[in-house]
Amino acid sequence: MNGPQDLGGQMGFGPVAPEPDEPLFHAEWEKRAMGMTVAAGTMGHWTIDESRFQRESLAPADYYASSYYEIWIKALERLLERHGFVSAEELVAGRAINPGRKPKRVLKAGEVAGVLSKGFACDRPVEAQPRFAVGDKVRTSNRHPETHTRLPRYARDKLGTVEAVHGGYVFPDVNAHGGGEAPQHLYTVVFDGRTLWGEDCDAGLSVSVDAWESYLEPAGQ
Amino acid sequence: MGHDHDHDNHLDPMAARVKALETILVEKGLVEAAAIDAIIETYEHKVGPGNGARVVARAWSDPDFAAWLANDATAAIASLGFSGRQGEHMRAVFNTPQQHHLIVCTLCSCYPWSVLGLPPVWYKSPPYRSRAVIDPRGVLAEFGLELPADMQIRVWDSTAELRYLVVPMRPAGTDHLDEQALAELVTRDSMIGTGLALSAGDPE
Repeated sequence: MNGPQDLGGQMGFGPVAPEPDEPLFHAEWEKRAMGMTVAAGTMGHWTIDESRFQRESLAPADYYASSYYEIWIKALERLLERHGFVSAEELVAGRAINPGRKPKRVLKAGEVAGVLSKGFACDRPVEAQPRFAVGDKVRTSNRHPETHTRLPRYARDKLGTVEAVHGGYVFPDVNAHGGGEAPQHLYTVVFDGRTLWGEDCDAGLSVSVDAWESYLEPAGQ
Repeated sequence: MGHDHDHDNHLDPMAARVKALETILVEKGLVEAAAIDAIIETYEHKVGPGNGARVVARAWSDPDFAAWLANDATAAIASLGFSGRQGEHMRAVFNTPQQHHLIVCTLCSCYPWSVLGLPPVWYKSPPYRSRAVIDPRGVLAEFGLELPADMQIRVWDSTAELRYLVVPMRPAGTDHLDEQALAELVTRDSMIGTGLALSAGDPE
C-alpha cells in the first residue's frame, strides 16, 4: 500500500540526528514492547508480513507521530484483536475479561534461546526456473496495490539490472493477507541513481532493492 | 520523529498502555512474562554489534573466511555462532577504495539482528529511511562522514528477508593487531555504512 511506511525519497523529516551513546532502550516499556511483540509472534497466528501490513496500516498522522516501538504496540493490539485473542473491551479495561481464543503455542522462557537462534527462515523451493539471470535488464512493475507490497514507490516502473538471483522466498504480498506463502524467485535489482532521482543525482550513486519475480518484466538489452 | 526526538521520553501513556497489554496477555495465558524477560536479556546482553565486529575482524584476518563470507554469508557467520532471528538470510557487502556501501530499510526497520542486535532509533525513523536512498552523502555528513567526491556509493534497501552486513575497509597500520584487537575497531555504524572502522589507537 502507498502508506506512511513508504518513505524512500520523501522530504521534510529533518536531519537524522544520531544520538551519541544511544541506550538500547529509552524506557522500560520499550523493553516489554519488544519482548511482547516477539513472544506474541511465536504463537504462530500471523506472519511477519501480516505484522508489517498492520504497522503500515496505521493512519499516517499516527504512524509519523509514533516511535517505532509505539508502532509495534499499536499494531500488536490490532493483530491480537483481529485474530480473536483480545477484545477492544479488554484493551480499554487493561485486564482479561473474556476467555478468548486459545493459541497454537505459548513461548516458554526456556525455549527463547532456541527459538531466537533458529529464527524463521523464509527461503522456499520454487519448481520453476528463475525467469531472469544476472545481468538481465528489467523494468519494475507500476502497480499500486492497496494491500501489502515490498516494492517501494521510488523503485516502481524503473529500469534496473539483475545483480543477484537468490532462489525462492515467501511472497509477502500474498502471505500478508492469508493467501499462503506463494514463494517466488527473489532478485537483487540495482538502479543507477539518475534513473531513480533524475540527472541532478550524484553520478556515483546506485541503489538496489530485493524484488520478487512478479515485480519484474524483461526490458530487452 | 525528526524535529521531535524527545517524544520517546513522554513515557506515561505508553508505559500504561504496554503494561495493560502485558497484563491481559499474561492473564489469558498468551505470553509468559518470563519469556519476555528472556527475550530482553538476549538483546541486552548476548546479541549485539560485538557479534558483527567479530565477523568483520575474522574477514580482515583470514582471506578464506572473507571469501566464504562473500559467497555464503549466512553459513560463514553461523560458523562463529551467530544465527537466527533477523539474520536467517545474510549477505555481506565489502567496502573498497572505490565504493562505499550503506544499508537502509525504507519500508520498515529490517536490520541484521543476529550480528548487530536491535537497531538504533535513528535507523527506524523517517529522516534516515527517507533520505538514505536519495541523499546518502547528506546523511553520511550528519554522521560526520565525508567521503571523497569520486567514491561511489551503493545503497542497499532491505525490501525482502535478506539482511545486509557492511564489511568496512581494514584501517591502515593494523597489521600487527590480532582479531580481538581488530574487532574493537569495528563500530556498529561501520557495519551499517554510516561510519568507517576506527583507526588503530582511536579511542572508541
